Amino acid sequence: MSRWGTGALGRIVRSGVGRRRVQTVVIAVATMMAVASAVVAGSLMVATNAPFDHAFAAQHGAHLTVQFDPAKAGAARLEATRQLDGVTASAGPYPITTIHPVDGHGGHLPGLTLVGRSDPGGAVDHLTLKSGRWARKPGEIVLSSTFAGPFLKTGSTLKASEAANSRTLTVVGFALSASRTADAWALPAQVRGLASKDSPVTSQMLYRFDSAGTKGQITADRKKLAAAVPSGALLGAQSYLDTKHAADQGAAATIPFLIAFGLLGIVMSVIIVGSVVSGAVGTSLRRIGILKAIGFTPREVVRAYVAQALIPAGVGIALGVVLGNLLAVPLLEDTEQVYGTASLAVAWWVDVVVPAVALLIVGIAALVPALRAGRLRTVEAIAVGRAPRTGRGQWAHRAAGRLPLPRPVTYGLASPFAHPVRTAALLLAVAFGTVATTFAVGLTQSLNAVGRASDPEDRATVTAVSGGPAAQDSGPRSKAHGAPPSADPAKVRAAIKAQAGTATYYGLSQDDVTVAGITGSVQASLYQGDSSSGSYEMLSGHWLSGAGQLVVSTRFLERTGTRIGDTVRVTLEKDTETLRIVGEAFDTSDDGLHIHADIADFAAAEPQVFYIEVKPGVSPGTYARKLSAALKPLGAQAFANSASEQENMIIILDAMAVLLTLMLVSVASLGVLNSVVLETRERVHDLGVCKALGMSPRQTVSLVLASVAGIGLLGGLIGVPGGFALHGFVLPVMGHAAGTDLPPSVLDVYDAPQLALLALAGIVIAMLGALLPAGWAARARTATALRTE
Amino acid sequence: MTQVIQLEGVTKRYDSADAPALGPLTLTVEEGEALAVTGPSGSGKSTLLNLVTGLDKPTEGAVTVAGQRIDQLSEHALAKFRRAQIGMVFQFFNLLDDLTVEDNIQLPAQLTGTPRRKAAARAGELMEVLGITRHARAYPGRLSGGERQRVAVARALVNRPALLLADEPTGALDTASGHDVRELLLDLHRGGQTIVLVTHDLPLAEACASRTIHLVDGHLALDTHAEAAR
Repeated sequence: MSRWGTGALGRIVRSGVGRRRVQTVVIAVATMMAVASAVVAGSLMVATNAPFDHAFAAQHGAHLTVQFDPAKAGAARLEATRQLDGVTASAGPYPITTIHPVDGHGGHLPGLTLVGRSDPGGAVDHLTLKSGRWARKPGEIVLSSTFAGPFLKTGSTLKASEAANSRTLTVVGFALSASRTADAWALPAQVRGLASKDSPVTSQMLYRFDSAGTKGQITADRKKLAAAVPSGALLGAQSYLDTKHAADQGAAATIPFLIAFGLLGIVMSVIIVGSVVSGAVGTSLRRIGILKAIGFTPREVVRAYVAQALIPAGVGIALGVVLGNLLAVPLLEDTEQVYGTASLAVAWWVDVVVPAVALLIVGIAALVPALRAGRLRTVEAIAVGRAPRTGRGQWAHRAAGRLPLPRPVTYGLASPFAHPVRTAALLLAVAFGTVATTFAVGLTQSLNAVGRASDPEDRATVTAVSGGPAAQDSGPRSKAHGAPPSADPAKVRAAIKAQAGTATYYGLSQDDVTVAGITGSVQASLYQGDSSSGSYEMLSGHWLSGAGQLVVSTRFLERTGTRIGDTVRVTLEKDTETLRIVGEAFDTSDDGLHIHADIADFAAAEPQVFYIEVKPGVSPGTYARKLSAALKPLGAQAFANSASEQENMIIILDAMAVLLTLMLVSVASLGVLNSVVLETRERVHDLGVCKALGMSPRQTVSLVLASVAGIGLLGGLIGVPGGFALHGFVLPVMGHAAGTDLPPSVLDVYDAPQLALLALAGIVIAMLGALLPAGWAARARTATALRTE
Repeated sequence: MTQVIQLEGVTKRYDSADAPALGPLTLTVEEGEALAVTGPSGSGKSTLLNLVTGLDKPTEGAVTVAGQRIDQLSEHALAKFRRAQIGMVFQFFNLLDDLTVEDNIQLPAQLTGTPRRKAAARAGELMEVLGITRHARAYPGRLSGGERQRVAVARALVNRPALLLADEPTGALDTASGHDVRELLLDLHRGGQTIVLVTHDLPLAEACASRTIHLVDGHLALDTHAEAAR
């Protein structure tokens, strides 16, 4: 006889699997959902673990991106650098220049580093074409995928510069370079054609080295290259470590969130699979007793029952791996967008480890009760299904019977106490489901609060721009880089002031400044007038209230080693001012180094945009139309602001939170479904008696639902503080990973009524799981149930 | 007299190809009558019981109990009908092990929405009559078979049903307990309770019933009234 394929044992296994179809299906579905959740959670955790490294390795990224002067280092010289000691791979030379394109609406894009490549492949920096195709002829351009959005799509056209006769470029695709070797690509001849006296063509070489793990090694590699070419030929080099640092910092904020969801998913999967399988074996004790009575050995009985659990669980695990992979793909694509990395895939070992661990858990969960059944004396095993139950839970029935509720409800409420272990597993499942729901709700609100706090100027009802239509139509990217103002800001200001319906307004200029102690430039927002309506969320100190003041971010304070009250020297063009830090704002823009000051401190600065609040009862649209008519002769215009579009990353994280929560809630509900199926099966005779005594189908449903309502409520009451605590722990970690503290508006997102409602989530989860078996119980034939033992 | 049970041309088939498990059968039971249903295994006794209680529906014919045509009722209406009009006593008692004796007895009353105090008073009254008051707080598992069956009878009577159905009420009892239950049923019959008693126990049928029908292969083979038999 084979282990359990043919013969008596095989028949027992097959009949056991086939006879208990509901149980079999529940085991398969619960295992499938649990495994799918674990695959998704595991994949995301793997993907978030060094996403840049994965993308960099996949693209064979460049350790050093080097720019050479072709006049000093010709092709032959550069060719020779490939042979340098330590260089393992290289690509180039590619012609490179910088263009300052203007979009179809006249909006100025930031300066783009344009590289000439005839195809996206190569030994180094193998580009990932995210959409469209590669450039095939002059006049075509491929942009970095970071530019893709509603304002720039495949087919969009750009003028290479604002010169009247400049070349029109059609965007034919979007590509991603993990090494960030360029902002745009075109055919080499096109790049040479677009070069100008101000932006001459230079040569780009990409290198990989055998040792490039540290800054020191990269510096040494750079020196080798510099020594191999004539002095001054190496114009500049970009280390992949800098790019990695920036990418990891962007990704870091989402990692705690994904880890929290991943761990929740894995813990819940273990609980559900364990309780489902052990419950299924535990309810078969009487059948086990009969098998032993007719001659099955304890070992055969154990094998038979482990197999009966493993077969549906095996099917569920296989389906779960497939489902998990299908669900993980869109999530990984979202993750990919968040991280700006190249294509991410489910790690192969997740597809191996998750099912292996799931099988192990199923095996152990089935083995424990099966061994217990195997050890039971035959008479005892048979008696388990027949004898009156032990006194467990009788006190609960006594107590519940006193409640002023309908009898079916009180009877149901007391039922869980008969099976404390099963009830505990059920409670954990519901509690974890509620934790996930509470956490997801809080996270979504926090992310939305971050979105609102990030762009305070979006709160203004009307915006007036003195730089022409570009600022309005070309999206946020070009807003700050609008064309030089064509209107006199003083006249624009006067027009706004004179316009009926104006409540408050302030002007804003965004300029690059240098700050003592920080290398390179940082972006400064310089405000004119009362800017309190556009103030950032303050973490400490206060918003600008006059000249000589400076508001900075957490990262700025850390980077410069300053505190509120300290002074900092800020230079705009030739004007250097010493400003006092008066506040720490929640501001992560410009890598967290964005500063805010009064425009009066810098004589050269003029406001480019005005943000206006209208008086109550004034229609923003009508106001904007009238103001625009007044501003048009000045060369400016006004428009009413629509509701701020949320940032991509926030939308993606919201979607991920919702999907992951739905999965976890489904798994929790399946756990409830399984427990209630077991309970209903065990109680089918009692339910038959109740129905024979006159319990209506509706009362039967209320009895079954009441049997999980208490657990749902308790699970909710445990889960809500759990989710609340998880939110309170994860959000600051996310903030720190992004280099900032978080303001109360982002952290304190729950209110009491909402928490009370969330506590009901446990009941909803429990009810969802119990509804189906409650219907079965109500429909079960009473006469058959009465004969059932 | 009022007819409590009226079966008109009732047939029950479980499989359309097979012979009917019961019928065609036409039968009436008058108010206050104690009808014993006897017959060998498979004769259709349980099928008859299920049809009268509304636990099953006839393939053909009409079943009227306490003036209500029950074969056309919905499950919900049937449940309401059962709890109001029928008390059931089973061979294996079918008490709920996790409820005390008094909770078991009160359960059908509570299902009808009877106020707690009223249900408790009625249960107390029945326990007193049936001599089980001292077991009120006990659980069924601790009682003897006879005591459990008394509890089951009390539960069956709590809503003052028009009809008491007893399915082999002494089948799981020792002789002494069986005698107890017999006396109890006899007392109930004397008190005017309409009873249908399904049993293999002919002495029980003779002692308690005013009329006995004997079923063979689903057909009425014999219908005797006690007076006629005597």
